[in-house]
Amino acid sequence: MTEYPRVEITKRASELVDRLREQHGELIFHQSGGCCDGSSPMCLKKGDLRIGAQDVLLGEIHGCPFYMSAAQFEYWKHTHLTIDVTEGRGSSFSLEIPLGLRFVTKSRLFTEEEAKALKPVRTGDAKA
Amino acid sequence: MIYPKPQFRERYENFIGGQWMPPIGNAYFDDVSPVDGSVIAAVPRSTEKDIDCAVSAAEKAFQSWRNTSASERSNILFRIAQRIEDNFEELARIECWENGKPIRETLTADIPLVIDHFRYFGSVIRAEAGDVSDLDPTTVSMEIHEPLGVVGQIIPWNFPILMAAWKLAPALAAGNCVVLKPAEQTPVSILAVMEMISDLLPPGVVNVVNGFGPEAGKPLASHPRVRKIAFTGETTTGRLIMQYASENLIPVTLELGGKSPNIFFASVMESDDSFLDKALEGFTMFALNQGEVCTCPSRALIQENIYDEFMERAIKRVQAIKLGDPLDSTTMMGAQASNDQYQKILNYLDIGKKEGAKVLTGGGPAKIEKYPNGFYIQPTILEGHNKMRVFQEEIFGPVVSVTTFKDEDEALEIANDTLYGLGAGVWSRDMHQVQTITRGIEAGRVWVNCYHLYPANASFGGYKHSGIGRETHKYVLNHYRHVKNVLISFGKKPLGLF
Repeated sequence: MTEYPRVEITKRASELVDRLREQHGELIFHQSGGCCDGSSPMCLKKGDLRIGAQDVLLGEIHGCPFYMSAAQFEYWKHTHLTIDVTEGRGSSFSLEIPLGLRFVTKSRLFTEEEAKALKPVRTGDAKA
Repeated sequence: MIYPKPQFRERYENFIGGQWMPPIGNAYFDDVSPVDGSVIAAVPRSTEKDIDCAVSAAEKAFQSWRNTSASERSNILFRIAQRIEDNFEELARIECWENGKPIRETLTADIPLVIDHFRYFGSVIRAEAGDVSDLDPTTVSMEIHEPLGVVGQIIPWNFPILMAAWKLAPALAAGNCVVLKPAEQTPVSILAVMEMISDLLPPGVVNVVNGFGPEAGKPLASHPRVRKIAFTGETTTGRLIMQYASENLIPVTLELGGKSPNIFFASVMESDDSFLDKALEGFTMFALNQGEVCTCPSRALIQENIYDEFMERAIKRVQAIKLGDPLDSTTMMGAQASNDQYQKILNYLDIGKKEGAKVLTGGGPAKIEKYPNGFYIQPTILEGHNKMRVFQEEIFGPVVSVTTFKDEDEALEIANDTLYGLGAGVWSRDMHQVQTITRGIEAGRVWVNCYHLYPANASFGGYKHSGIGRETHKYVLNHYRHVKNVLISFGKKPLGLF
């Protein structure tokens, strides 16, 4: 049976991931919330942010695990996410910022068919 | 009146140890105005080495700054306030052009509040005293305040100068030295202030290092000789900062935003008077600063029996917002601070519509003829329910999500159904109701029959995911100092134990 992904990435954003990976090594994404640059996805060096039991692994995009805090996921779980990239000047510690680019999250509702067969999520580290 | 565009230098430097220093790596980035998309100036792209240099300068300065008297520090804060007041219009124009907010806000709110915060902290340290307990006839216990040392402060871009003042004034008042990193979207506003006040501070007491989060922010937040970190921003970076602080065992204060409910009870419509007018203005406060306020009243909860009538007037009020040239004194709403913010807001309008929220007004980008390359969004009202993502996430744009409630219980249930707890507004003519709701709301600041007031002597901070610690009010001084207990025995007899 097909399992539908919760999060996907555009080609342009994948290319940016490649560029960053060359420079920094393995990467992860963590969807932020709150003030200023909140609600933007953060691209971080693997191991920099301590991923724990209060994080949900939504899936993998272009070889990077994509996490969100479990509390936030409760409000986001009915939506499909696409990680894209735009020109811009974010603040925060996301690795693409010095390049004048910013990852952005685009969202849509899952279709009924998708909602019935979503890839299961789990908490904690991808490798745990 | 249209104010003239401010003048900028072509290039700015870091301010370290009382000197303007080029970044060690000699790299710069362009600071862009969101008003028209043009380049303002080149700003240092600093790295770990620059941060280290600034921390060393601050450490050196701390050796004498820590021993200054409260009156000396107070006088310096007063002089800073006066210097800013003397240059008030120029700073208002600079901040307007760099951030995109309308000049009427920088002239009447941002810069006057900056001045007031320096004066408040200059005053409050003169009026306070430590505690002394006379424990018994020969034992006295004294609680003495001492500064922490070098503190790191990471400033957001929504109120570039005011947010720096919120952090700087108490840190200096308490006797600390500061390494401050402005947001990369709005560094020049703070650098312009530093140019004006640099002769008022001993070298190294305030150091400003510019750059990007991963390159300059992270080394500051994880620096082993920094004794405290204060940060305003989003939750993932907030967690990283706590994590780095745990490695160094230092305290943090975090302000991480909100999704603040603004609650309107039926009694606001009991009379068609000035108070109703004020309440409608209170509703429209979501558009203040283009919605780029951590406490933006971005969820409006309206009692169902007044909903239609209230919203009819509220929509008219929002449609009367004058969006336009930020330097025009009649403009009420200017540009969003950057292109990525602009895109993010449009993405939220999109998911809001996909989730079934009804657009009552606005709902898309706006075009300003004079500045076709600026980042403008229409003030927007979305109608929906509290489980929608536009009700749960901080959009940081001029967007309010509106829903109804039946009674007080439901109002509280919806108001508190959020990850955040920074601000809230309660509008009612019934004082008993006001008390019930105010006490029931899980938020650090509840405005009653008003909104978006930020006096220096009222504390500000969050419950739940909105953060840790408080800013403004003299409470914040304790986030910037140790309490030392001195326990003195005046007795001459040994205890007799050994």
